[in-house]
Amino acid sequence: MAEEKKKPAVGLQPEGEVDWSDYQGILVVVEQREGSAKKVSWQLLGESKRMADKLNAPLMAMVIGHGVEEVAKEAIYYGADKVFICDSPELKDYRTRPYSKVCLHVIREFKPEIVLFGATYTGRDLAGAIATHLPTGLTADCTQLDVNEERLLMASRPAFSEKMLATILCKQFKPQMATARSGVFQSLPRDDSRVGEIIRIEPQMDEQEIATEVLEFVESTHGINLEDAEVIVSGGRGLGGPAGFKILQELANALGGVVGASRPAFEAGWITHDHQVGQTGSTVHPKLYIACGISGAIQHTIGMQSSDYIIAINKDPEAPIFKIANYGIVGDLFEIVPALTKAALAKKGKQAAVASAVTNG
Amino acid sequence: MLHIVACIKQVPDSREIRIDPKTNTLIRQGVPAIVNFYDLHGLEEALRIKDEYGARVTVVTMGPPSADKALKLCVSMGADEGVLISDRAFAGADTLATSYVVALAVEKAAQEWGPVDIVFCGKQTLDGDTGQVGPGVACRLDYDQLTYVEKVEHLDEAKKEIIVHRHLEDGVERVKAKLPVLITALAELNKPRRAGLPGVLKAGRYQPVVWTTNDFPDIDRSKIGLKGSPTIVGKTWVPEPKKVETQMLTAESTAVLAEQLIDSLYATELPAKLGWA
Repeated sequence: MAEEKKKPAVGLQPEGEVDWSDYQGILVVVEQREGSAKKVSWQLLGESKRMADKLNAPLMAMVIGHGVEEVAKEAIYYGADKVFICDSPELKDYRTRPYSKVCLHVIREFKPEIVLFGATYTGRDLAGAIATHLPTGLTADCTQLDVNEERLLMASRPAFSEKMLATILCKQFKPQMATARSGVFQSLPRDDSRVGEIIRIEPQMDEQEIATEVLEFVESTHGINLEDAEVIVSGGRGLGGPAGFKILQELANALGGVVGASRPAFEAGWITHDHQVGQTGSTVHPKLYIACGISGAIQHTIGMQSSDYIIAINKDPEAPIFKIANYGIVGDLFEIVPALTKAALAKKGKQAAVASAVTNG
Repeated sequence: MLHIVACIKQVPDSREIRIDPKTNTLIRQGVPAIVNFYDLHGLEEALRIKDEYGARVTVVTMGPPSADKALKLCVSMGADEGVLISDRAFAGADTLATSYVVALAVEKAAQEWGPVDIVFCGKQTLDGDTGQVGPGVACRLDYDQLTYVEKVEHLDEAKKEIIVHRHLEDGVERVKAKLPVLITALAELNKPRRAGLPGVLKAGRYQPVVWTTNDFPDIDRSKIGLKGSPTIVGKTWVPEPKKVETQMLTAESTAVLAEQLIDSLYATELPAKLGWA
């Protein structure tokens, strides 16, 4: 572990003398749709609780939407001491301007020293707008968060195609802001006996002032959400065509997973881009990743190498994917994948039979 | 006529960056420079609008003098003008300082070539990977931002309205907005065109417009470059490569092999964690 030379710690200076000592505590901006929160929000509360204890400062959450009372209560169950809620019909769908105005109001009024968002599409959209308005520093897509004895947020993130990690600091401004990846941090166990304070916030814009309009939201029909998936069965060039994804889907179904793909498979038109794992696709960290007919080029492996277990199936014994795999099988995926599906289903059946025998016996 | 600005960035092809095994630091020398993948999708969409409705397409980039190559590529594809914002004073900018300068350039492009209707950016760059410059530019220009767009469904030039499809983790959102807007482009948006011969010939002769700090008389020098950046890099390090002992499985038949692998997985903590058991 070699450190690169430290850059001089100079940066944007606030205008005039600014006393930031009023800024205390950590604020997590909760993301929700139709009253159900994104997992990453609770994961951030979990990680922030640890940091807030270190800072001896309160942990706060911000919930914006319409009909989101329950989400605010959940935020307390997941660790927040104080929840700001802004609940209004025009806030039903996420839109940058009205949401950012509510957040800006809360940040200026309640002065958290750290503000965190999930590094989702919405979280990045919102955080980018807020940091520019304040202004303050914003670090994207963090995978490690900590605070030091100077109360500085040490926001660490992968750089250069995940080849290295960089810790980013924002010394001269408050709040220090970051977006953080889903699936990296642990949420606290839900505790519905926890109590906390709920503070109501008025919306900051009228509908007439908002020029954008969400016409509709079409939920993804195939429900593909690679970044939250716990099992991914991925296919690459070795599939030779779109039909191969069918047997991958069967194995994914048997293991309770989803189907992924490498860039060549997407570029050949065999599967849509939302399945693509790697540099120009999704970065995933499932518990189990099965790479079928994927050679293991760096563009792919940077997006999946942090999976807990990796299985590689490839015809070429020299394929680099084997170097990062826990289990490797050299052979024809068209024979091996269906056999795995069968074996997985048989094993599950056996386990279920044993379980029911135990409970009934 | 519509005026569209496409923001691009020349980036090192990070796939080509290697780690020096002796010093454990990045080897950046000799790494080819490419136009950021997503930015080309933004440019392509601007060119499609130009093809359908007629538009002036201005490409803007901030970077060293060698970034003129990236602008020539854009001109070869069909952009009308390429602007290189280049000055040592801009070096070391983080996303906040970058968005300040890019927004100034969009304003200047509007003064030079007419009011801007749409700004395109890529959803993020391959080197910085933040996706923060687009929203930053939109904020500074006071445009509505439409991020992560996978389709431009409808553009009404007279009413100055646009309908786009935003891609989200769990679905697609159709959003209507009033021009001017800033759009960040996903790969699904389109397939960038290859330059034709006339474009290549035009680009060969083309000299990009260069703007330095002197071209922005009202620029606030405290907001640019390293000095204008609130974030600083504390330390960087190369994580230890994950040590994996690969177990290669073989068996007399595929069925036995498959059973072996599934049994191995059941011997781990996976079944409990995944609810298989």
